[in-house]
Amino acid sequence: MKKLSVKTIVAIGIGAALFFVLGRFVAIPSPIPDTNITTQYGLLAFIAAVFGPIAGLFAGLIGHFFIDFSYGWGVWWSWVIASGVFGLLMGIISRKLRVDEGEFSGKDIAFFNLEQFIAHIISWVIVAPVLDILIYSEPVNKVFTQGLVSAVSNSITTGIIGTLLCLAYAKAIPKKGSLKEED
Amino acid sequence: MTNLFNYIERPSPIHRLTGATKLVCMLLWSFAAMVTYDTRFLALLSIAGAALFLVGNIRTKDVSFMLGFTIVFLFFNNILIYVFSPMHGTGIYGSCTYLTSWHGRYAPTVEQLFYQLNYILKYSATIPVILLFVCTTNPSEFAASLNRIGISYRISYSVSLALRYIPDVQQQYYEISKASQARGVEMSKKASLLKRLKAASNILIPLILSSMGRIETIANAMELRGFGKHKKRTWYMARKFRISDYASMAVSLLLFITALVLNHINNGRFYNPFLNH
Repeated sequence: MKKLSVKTIVAIGIGAALFFVLGRFVAIPSPIPDTNITTQYGLLAFIAAVFGPIAGLFAGLIGHFFIDFSYGWGVWWSWVIASGVFGLLMGIISRKLRVDEGEFSGKDIAFFNLEQFIAHIISWVIVAPVLDILIYSEPVNKVFTQGLVSAVSNSITTGIIGTLLCLAYAKAIPKKGSLKEED
Repeated sequence: MTNLFNYIERPSPIHRLTGATKLVCMLLWSFAAMVTYDTRFLALLSIAGAALFLVGNIRTKDVSFMLGFTIVFLFFNNILIYVFSPMHGTGIYGSCTYLTSWHGRYAPTVEQLFYQLNYILKYSATIPVILLFVCTTNPSEFAASLNRIGISYRISYSVSLALRYIPDVQQQYYEISKASQARGVEMSKKASLLKRLKAASNILIPLILSSMGRIETIANAMELRGFGKHKKRTWYMARKFRISDYASMAVSLLLFITALVLNHINNGRFYNPFLNH
């Protein structure tokens, strides 16, 4: 394994802690009874965009593992892995973006939202249901419906929260080449 | 807040096992229950799991909240399975025995009920060990044990960091949330959905951006102390393996092998009692 930089290690740790707190405590009550809207995937997309695919993968895996762990309903490996895959994919595609250098404007926003939608579809409509079928032999149409519902609701929250986060972060850090040497 | 992970300190043989042992046992046990759908084996695991609760000195009262959660979760999942695929059992066991004279799509069959019984057993086989692991493993020791079973110490350290900072992040979230509410940000059901999402972003942005600063600070502190210079790292919470550790790992491995052997004997993952009919 390639040596991880100290910054990536810390980003994984703090990213997982944030993922956990958002997933566990920041639940927005939705109109459908007993369901909440999850906000943590916007954060994960943002962490992956800034710190890269490895940080996204492990922050998703560890954060989701702890959420399942603290609820005590058993660890759902299929969904834990799907969260990791989402972080990984976001990190890979977001390499084209330069959020960490303070660039995030019109075209980037469209690109970011397109990729997060695709990454959600791959994670929840392909990875999670297929693992559910392989591990738990669940009925095919049930897991795909659950997956599709999660993909759509997650990509809406990611679209809003992830985009706002990237915008706020890009604005907050100094742009590359913003300092010029005086003649 | 300190009890977030439900760790209960109590003297018992299970508490005395190292975190690494418990992690390995939990993984092997849940893999054993995952790979097979053999009813007899799953029933055995469920009973053994319940017996381990007694050994671990954990009472039902300690885990009643989590158990309640699991039962509700299981209940809804079972209903969903029935709604989406009432003939799933027939597909698996290759026969169809109706319980009623009515033979519609949602007519109950013995095979479907048997499949759903197996589905429930699968959970009752794994949930006791996971709950036991949650209740008897000190979270700080958990990170050390990850390194013990061969995961790179850098990743193990990330896990430790996450555990260290969860209470801090939580505290900060409450502070920002209260401050925003004092300024009139509405998060409850009174506001419309879009408004609630925007309100959540208003809280999350300061929380996450300040965490970015925190990442910088911690990374610098670790770098200054030479983190990652050596190939290995020692852990304050690590403990030495004892005979009981090796014995419990051996038993769990045996269970896992049994599950694989059963899959071979049953010619597939399912134990089929309907073949003899």
